[in-house]
Amino acid sequence: MPLRRRRKPVKWGLILTYLTVALVTVTMLAPFAWMLSASLKLDRDVFAFPIQWVPEQPRWENFVEIWTKIPLGLFVYNTAKLTVIVTVLQLLTSSFAAYAFAKLRFPYRNALFLAYIATIAMPWQVYMVPQFLLMRELGLTNSHLSLIFLQAFTAFGVFLMRQFYMSIPDELCEAARIDGMSEYGIWWRIMLPLSMPALSTLTIFTFVNTWNDFLGPLIYLTRTELKTIQIGIRMFITQYGQEYGLIMAASVVSLIPVLIVFLLLQRFFVEGIASTGLKG
Amino acid sequence: MSASTPATTAKKTPRVQVSRRRRRVQNTLIAYSFIAPNFLGFLIFTLGPILFAFALAFMHWDGNTPIEFAGLDHFWKLFEDRIFQTAFWNTLVFTGASVPLTLVCSLGLALLLNQKIFGRNFFRTVAFFPYVASLVAVAVVWNMLFNPEYGPVNMVLYNLGIDPKDLPRWAADRHWAMATIVMFSVWKSMGYFMVIYLAGLQGISSELYEAADIDGATAWQKFWRITLPQLAPTTFFVSVILTINSFKVFDQVYMLTQGGPGTSTLVLVYHIYNEAFISWDLGYSSMVALVLFMLVLMITIVQFRWSQRGEEDLS
Repeated sequence: MPLRRRRKPVKWGLILTYLTVALVTVTMLAPFAWMLSASLKLDRDVFAFPIQWVPEQPRWENFVEIWTKIPLGLFVYNTAKLTVIVTVLQLLTSSFAAYAFAKLRFPYRNALFLAYIATIAMPWQVYMVPQFLLMRELGLTNSHLSLIFLQAFTAFGVFLMRQFYMSIPDELCEAARIDGMSEYGIWWRIMLPLSMPALSTLTIFTFVNTWNDFLGPLIYLTRTELKTIQIGIRMFITQYGQEYGLIMAASVVSLIPVLIVFLLLQRFFVEGIASTGLKG
Repeated sequence: MSASTPATTAKKTPRVQVSRRRRRVQNTLIAYSFIAPNFLGFLIFTLGPILFAFALAFMHWDGNTPIEFAGLDHFWKLFEDRIFQTAFWNTLVFTGASVPLTLVCSLGLALLLNQKIFGRNFFRTVAFFPYVASLVAVAVVWNMLFNPEYGPVNMVLYNLGIDPKDLPRWAADRHWAMATIVMFSVWKSMGYFMVIYLAGLQGISSELYEAADIDGATAWQKFWRITLPQLAPTTFFVSVILTINSFKVFDQVYMLTQGGPGTSTLVLVYHIYNEAFISWDLGYSSMVALVLFMLVLMITIVQFRWSQRGEEDLS
């Protein structure tokens, strides 16, 4: 790398690079900046042009009102509950199963794993109807259990964790076995601590997907007290269609948890993608 | 793949030989105990419904009355259903536009942010953020930004001197609605594929570039002769995922246009959703879903074959 850089006549290229980067950043961030700015405005000022990015008199009341106009607190609680349960279940069961698929031998291992792989490519929309009917038969529609069952046992999690475990040398497990450690012990004491990047990747994926899920709750939850924040915001839009300031404030609130998790784990996330065999 | 198990390592000692069979059964049970918690859920809530979906495609059912065998009724109906044909075509248009665009944008972004520039990590995070942001929230913003009457995008275009009559009406216009959804989708997902491309770029050996430098290759030559061919497996992976995703497009459509105006953005999944949860024609909805599945399967096979040939050419 240093060799190459010294030889290049850099200046113009570098300026062009920074200009492009600036342009991309603006494209990516402008909608969020606009959202934040609109969340602090009166509805009539939201579309004022030229855009006033920093409102002269920020209307913080918007962020107070959203909690009373709709049961936003309840929606946040519901979503948080679902997301945490699903993420924990997903991490536990996926890494548990992945250990067997990566490090143990048992009859029908490859056939079972193939079933997992085949369903990854299967669009959810292909089986969302039978799944719904099944949940209805089990009496689980209009309950959070339906969404937990729907999202806690994905093939993707098992696949991702297995890919990571394959890269851990077998000798490590072998040595532990000779020392008399049980398979459960190996999973808990060796595999889990080693797989932090993969677990972080799976955490972000599951957290973000469950928190942001829209179609699942739309189909399964009709009772207001069960709804999640994504459905709540939509309800808000249809009920208070013109109150842009409030809608934007609620949207900002819905983005905060994802932003936090993402910023905390994003280093692992990039590493995780890089180390789980997606390089081809 | 060649994981050696306790059974094979302990084979040599005769004392263990006696209980080898029991040991093997025990090992199998341990292995099954590992997969059971996930597999049971997966079997009941994913695998089962998938098999049921295939069966439903050949049944008449509204979810309440007894199920009746329909044979190929639903299959023949596909050929008469104009809305299905529109949805099919719209899905292809969406795919044809969004896949190459996302591919080029995410590769460009990755090349840009793979350079050693100031604040590189910050820019990567920024580019990735739309992907993790809630679709509902960003779709609302998008709708407001692209509002035909008073959205900032059209205001900027107006101030650039475009006649108000010629301003695109975006999601509200038959001819622009699909383009709006494509733009939105590319914007939302390019950061994710950028990360995958970045991982691919880091996998390219720097020796290749050093050798090219010695031969006096230009940046352009290095890109076409080294970077792009080396990224072929990544591009294959990304294009498969992108194509599959774009066949499954729904949320964006539901949030931005509800399939309209008219049927201009009605896509396959939207049709499946309508037939299932609005008309309660579960058999027919499953048949359309089956078509979607066949499409995904076909693309996967075609792209897989193509990539294998590509790799042979390289070696």
